[in-house]
Amino acid sequence: MPIIISDSQVVRDFVQKVEEISGEKFSKCMQCGTCSGICPMGAEMQLSPRHTVLMTKFGQKDRLLDSNTVWLCASCHSCLVRCPRGLDLPKVMEAIRQITLRTNENYLEPFEIPDELLEDLPPIAMVSCFRKHTA
Amino acid sequence: MCQEAPLAEGKALAITAELIPVYIMGKKYMVPESLTIMKAMEYAGYQFVRGAGCRGGVCGACGTVYRLPGDYHIRVGLACQTVVQPEMYLTQIPFYPANRTSFVWDEIKGEAEEVYKAYPELFRCLACNACSKVCPMDIPVMDYIAAIKRGDLEKAAEISFDCIQCGLCATRCMGEMAQYHIAQMVRRMHGKFIDVPSEHCAKQVEAIKSGYYDDFMKEIMALGTLDPFKQDNVNDDVKKLKELYKARQGEPSTSENEWTPDSDYAILK
Amino acid sequence: MTLGYYPGCTLKSHARNLEDSAIEALKVLGVETVELERWNCCGAVYSLADDDLIHQLAPVRDLIRAKDMGLDKVMTLCSMCYNTLARANLLMRNDEAKRKTLNDFMEEESDYAGEVEVIHLLQFLKNDIGWDKLKAAVKVPLKDLNLSPYYGCTLTRPLEVSIDEAVSPTIFKEFIEALGGTYIHSDHSAECCSSYQMISNPEAAIEAASKVVRSAEDQGADALALSCPLCEYNLGKRQVDILKKHDDLKPLPTFYFSQLLAVALGVDPLICRFELNPTASLELLEEKGVVEKVSA
Repeated sequence: MPIIISDSQVVRDFVQKVEEISGEKFSKCMQCGTCSGICPMGAEMQLSPRHTVLMTKFGQKDRLLDSNTVWLCASCHSCLVRCPRGLDLPKVMEAIRQITLRTNENYLEPFEIPDELLEDLPPIAMVSCFRKHTA
Repeated sequence: MCQEAPLAEGKALAITAELIPVYIMGKKYMVPESLTIMKAMEYAGYQFVRGAGCRGGVCGACGTVYRLPGDYHIRVGLACQTVVQPEMYLTQIPFYPANRTSFVWDEIKGEAEEVYKAYPELFRCLACNACSKVCPMDIPVMDYIAAIKRGDLEKAAEISFDCIQCGLCATRCMGEMAQYHIAQMVRRMHGKFIDVPSEHCAKQVEAIKSGYYDDFMKEIMALGTLDPFKQDNVNDDVKKLKELYKARQGEPSTSENEWTPDSDYAILK
Repeated sequence: MTLGYYPGCTLKSHARNLEDSAIEALKVLGVETVELERWNCCGAVYSLADDDLIHQLAPVRDLIRAKDMGLDKVMTLCSMCYNTLARANLLMRNDEAKRKTLNDFMEEESDYAGEVEVIHLLQFLKNDIGWDKLKAAVKVPLKDLNLSPYYGCTLTRPLEVSIDEAVSPTIFKEFIEALGGTYIHSDHSAECCSSYQMISNPEAAIEAASKVVRSAEDQGADALALSCPLCEYNLGKRQVDILKKHDDLKPLPTFYFSQLLAVALGVDPLICRFELNPTASLELLEEKGVVEKVSA
């Protein structure tokens, strides 16, 4: 499916912001798609990891923030160790998550987790989840 | 510059002290240097309806934050205990919104998971330690949250034992939790399920239930009435109440050793 | 020999089986673990945002505690703690500006510059004990036990903290073979089990976790060996949900690697706390004759 990008959708600040938070330069990416191939959550993502870098390059803030991609990324770093260009994609994912979280918007609300689950969850699950998914 | 402070109503006591400037909620007042923050605020014309309780440093109602000139630190103290300092900027924080989860106490089994269920946000702790830095009782708040996170309720109860529930920790929490409510739940669970039961407490409860103190209570209740028609009795009654209070047997406020009552019952018979 | 030890929150609650078996096994090897006197949760995940230092406080504080105790090395059992502490340690070692900011912020603590070394128990066994010595210490070889190691994400990635080769690690294989077990290769041994997504996105998480189970089963594994309480939760505790969704899969026992170590070294199975394993782990050991039948 072709993606049409018009100038009005480009948020230039966004590119800068993601670069600043992640410390990564997207110009490295050559769109080989290795990341999308290896991503264990790739099948469920609305935008593939490769697309995520492309869309970030083009300042597609709304497309990225509306997609579930960064919230499915579990920072497993599979893509990082295989990227032929050495792009730290987990850092890019974190940066985009942070852009949402820093507006005080949670992806997950701790008090909405069902009691049966809370009784069962090991501390490690809650700590990691709240760090990645709450503001 | 010395100036005589106005006299408190009905008291023939003159305070003579140096006046120093303090800023209460940003407004400058000259107050006697020897006063506590609470008395200084009253001196400046504030009246406490809330935000004051025991005036003895144990109830936790008068948490106050302040800063000193040229110092970025947020400093804290209980208004009833902390003496004013020149140029201090202060405000009271008698309450800070803090949710307390309700649960059915009789259904609680004393497990860490029950605390997690009641306050899952405790896992948002970042170990920034701002809570410990702001605690007027010098409790290492961060450490008791760390203990709860790993399920060590006993340790958490022990560390948080001196908590007076002032709530200042919650004002500074990056994880947006109310540490003191979490610790209170843990201490209650500790008291019921983990700690060694106190024998004399049980005996005392038994004695109360058996009616042992009923007559004594009636006697006390008849004393110290504020009934205006019984004004004549007030002084004698108050005197008697004071005597009884002094003669009572109770746990000393500071004691290195473990305390046990002399008799079976820890009250004047 | 003594060894500084950072447990992590879950090892004191849900994963006592990971801790107890490891400590007892190390005793058999002549190693006394010294737990940090004061510690907090490490944060479980390392913050990846360059401008965010507040999330680095927790792991750095633990490292400061280790340094304050005079330890030059701190060993972890939990993969996530290992990863978070090791990465924070590198940050303090290598980034002067951030080190200064963090040290300045924690004015109540002593300064830290990455002096302590963070290691995982598997590394300690390989480098400090040695496979040959471990092999010699084995009393109950894990004969006929087909074990597939599960590295997960955090033991081998990113490169700078990998306990072994990042793409094709062998340390777990060497460990299993030293204990006399049969190593079973699985293509998914270092693929993500979905981590904390089991809370936020359970459906996608079950899918990811099921692939790990399937891959091990397809290769003929009797059980998974792992080192992370979150992997254990996803692959062990939540296996019921995986099996519900994928009825062609069979139940697959899971072990903490330390339980296997302890059993092989002759530690009483009771100490290994198999009752905390959500899968039929002890039953498998009994069936294979590794431990005497205790569960009636």
